[in-house]
Amino acid sequence: MSINSTLSQYSDLSYTTAIAIYVFAMLLHAAENAFGRRAVQREQKALVAAGGVPLAEQPSRGVVDTGRALPERLGRMGVSLTVLGAALHFASLALRGLATGRVPWGNMYEYISAVCLGAVIAWLVMLRRHSVRQLGAFVLLPLVVLMFLAGTVLYAQAGPVVPALKSYWLVIHVSAMVISSGVVLVAGVASLLYLVKARHEANPSTFAKLGSRLPAADALDRLAYRTTVFALPLMTFGIMAGAIWAEAAWGRYWGWDPKETVALVSWVIYAAYLHSRATAGWRGNRAAWVNVVGFAATVFNLFFVNLVTTGLHSYAGVG
Amino acid sequence: MRSQIAAASAFLRNTWRGLTSMRTALVLLFLLALAALPGVLLPQYSLNSGKVAEYKAEHSTIGPWLDKLGFFNVFAAPWFAAIYLLLFISLIGCLLPRTVEYLRQLRARPGLTPRNLSRLPHHAERTVDADVDEVVAAGRQRLRGWRKEIGEEPGGVRTISAERGYLREAGNLVFHFSMMLLLVGLAVGKLVGYEGQVIVRADGSQWCNSGLFNYDSFRPGLTVDGTNLSPFCVRVDSFRANYLPSGQADTFHADIAYQAGDDLGTDRWNPYGLEVNEPLRVAGDRVYLLGHGYAPRFVVTFPDGQTRTQAIQWRPTSTATLLSEGATKFDPPGVTDPAERRKHQLAITGLFAPTAAYDHTGKILTSAFPMVNNPAVAVDVYRGDLGTDSGSPQSIFSIDERMVRDGRLNKVARQNLELGQELTLDDGTRIRFDGVEQWISIQVSHDPAQVWVLVAAVLVLAGLGASLVIKRRRVWLRVRPNGAGEGGGRTVVEVGGLARTDQAGYGEEFGRLAGDLLAARTSGTAPNKIVADRADPERTGSDEAGPDETSNKTQRAAAGGGHDRQDVP
Repeated sequence: MSINSTLSQYSDLSYTTAIAIYVFAMLLHAAENAFGRRAVQREQKALVAAGGVPLAEQPSRGVVDTGRALPERLGRMGVSLTVLGAALHFASLALRGLATGRVPWGNMYEYISAVCLGAVIAWLVMLRRHSVRQLGAFVLLPLVVLMFLAGTVLYAQAGPVVPALKSYWLVIHVSAMVISSGVVLVAGVASLLYLVKARHEANPSTFAKLGSRLPAADALDRLAYRTTVFALPLMTFGIMAGAIWAEAAWGRYWGWDPKETVALVSWVIYAAYLHSRATAGWRGNRAAWVNVVGFAATVFNLFFVNLVTTGLHSYAGVG
Repeated sequence: MRSQIAAASAFLRNTWRGLTSMRTALVLLFLLALAALPGVLLPQYSLNSGKVAEYKAEHSTIGPWLDKLGFFNVFAAPWFAAIYLLLFISLIGCLLPRTVEYLRQLRARPGLTPRNLSRLPHHAERTVDADVDEVVAAGRQRLRGWRKEIGEEPGGVRTISAERGYLREAGNLVFHFSMMLLLVGLAVGKLVGYEGQVIVRADGSQWCNSGLFNYDSFRPGLTVDGTNLSPFCVRVDSFRANYLPSGQADTFHADIAYQAGDDLGTDRWNPYGLEVNEPLRVAGDRVYLLGHGYAPRFVVTFPDGQTRTQAIQWRPTSTATLLSEGATKFDPPGVTDPAERRKHQLAITGLFAPTAAYDHTGKILTSAFPMVNNPAVAVDVYRGDLGTDSGSPQSIFSIDERMVRDGRLNKVARQNLELGQELTLDDGTRIRFDGVEQWISIQVSHDPAQVWVLVAAVLVLAGLGASLVIKRRRVWLRVRPNGAGEGGGRTVVEVGGLARTDQAGYGEEFGRLAGDLLAARTSGTAPNKIVADRADPERTGSDEAGPDETSNKTQRAAAGGGHDRQDVP
């Protein structure tokens, strides 16, 4: 399969542009946080009566509601830009795939890019269902960092993959891992902010500025839980698909390869997270910490395992 | 004595309770995760024993201690096994009572209808025109698939108590039991499985799985003594490796043939294309293509005019360029006296490059590319006693350096040879680099339990999915005649709902359900009574409600309280 270098150049261009747009979106979200009203006040606007009739008179609100305040507009622009960035990000992966004639996750650069796209999409989906726009900057920050590192340190030219990766399991196993890792990154950010918010709620003088602008601790907890509940079965499937592939490619379904081990460790941590939410005395803070540890394990698995240890999960280009 | 027994049994009981509590299980899960980390951060014997030796040499103080404590073999270490065995005992202790409880619940009826439905997390109320019995009949219809209990209360009031989502707990139990099945399958595989590697030349050479000695390396399971290997033979006819100009491997393909069962001992062979990701599955074993390399062919013409030809595998020192090293050993022909023979044995050692490249001096050979474009060897030729008669084993890739040190084996030539070139030794012996042959290394694996591991894994996934997706939830309906006549209708219908587990998202379903249950022949003239859906601690609020539900919403209490409200008594 020959490599189409024009398409791959367009892919790189889309990638860089996507990062720039994400950064801009992040700044807009940060601006909303910096100048926006506090979360508590926004809650009240949601009062709606049966059939859309106002329940009670809202004297001073009529005027305010006709136009949105600047900070809110900035935040909404941030979301729009994130959608645009995601479209370019998707285009960059799709072009890579077209340029190389294979799925676009054959090396570390492409893999991390795909994981980040998974995270962005998970974030946008969550955004439709929960009013958690205030988290935008915090979700985008680690993604931008990951994408920057992938695009600079780990960048690999578009190219074919080694024989071991030529298998339809590359599509199944890696896509499951990409999506679950991406979603879990969002969950980790939510849990991290839950810890901030919970400390703020316990003592309003800690994290006074940041805490007052975050969504309620409950909402953050729910966001973290729902994303994890979505990601865990997918991660389980991904690990199992990996084991089936390993049986065909490496001669055993489980061999304690570093990547396998850390994937199992992450899985165990997320299992512990779900259990901790059902255990008296572990709900809330402790469960959130468990999820944050899971987040750390995921990032550790993304980077460290490929860059520092030598195992079978080394791709062309890096590791 | 009696009190001692009581104390001992209390201790045992408390230990058991402690061990099987969720807290202990959580701690054990963390310990498991933590204990696995040295397996990633430190080199492991099972993955690369060379790196372990390197690490121990670099860390001479803690290295031996880490070794003694099993840190270089974490996943076989007793402390690692202790953690997962405790975890599984804890699991069994937790699961058995839960299974009993679940079976009991399967036969139990749904709970009584609470007195005050408006205190439930989900609640709706409306006055309708239909009479009590009609509403109950419609309710039964709508709640098809739910486990229901119809109740009567004084004053002509009727209730429906309904519950569904029992499969959640079933999924939960299946998940945990399957995890144990998976571990058992893994353990059985370690007991009765085996794994061996061997190099076979790709020139029509045959290899049979008939005994341990046929392997270059072999890792038996604990109960495997090598006597009962699955009988089959393979013949390697040819091998093709294709590399990209960058040196990256593109495809590996070995044309092989195999025979098993009744074909053994005959000349019936079944062809197979062995590739990476395409192992041969035969006689309950799997044959994998692990790697490949080259065997330079040398023709030695001895002073008396006799010639000997030999090609034996050389070992790649670099997977990127397949620069290889090895030793091709010759006995002098026609010499019957052992002492005399030991003076004239020959060994051709050195480097082989499939695509030769030289440094600036033009002398030092390296390889520029892993495919055979311009092969060359850089050889040292030794003559004397190779030590092959000494009885001690020696590597086929090298000569015995002790023989060199003892002066019994001497270097008699050093030269670079390209294909077809030859060198001449002082006694007139001529050595020609005649050609290149290929070899492949194959791995044979045997694990009869792995199919059970797969079955267990599928069950694990199904159980996990069921336990996370299915919600255990209840709904109650209380229908009472509208005595006071307020609201105009004849009958007051109240619906209450409760999710029994900490699974979020019951609100939407309840909204639809309550809508249907209350829609039954609503009074046309009567104004709808405000339908309250109390703040559900599981739900975010308006941004999550479906379109059906938004209109039902009249108030939202401040979100607060516990996340997973337990059952209402």
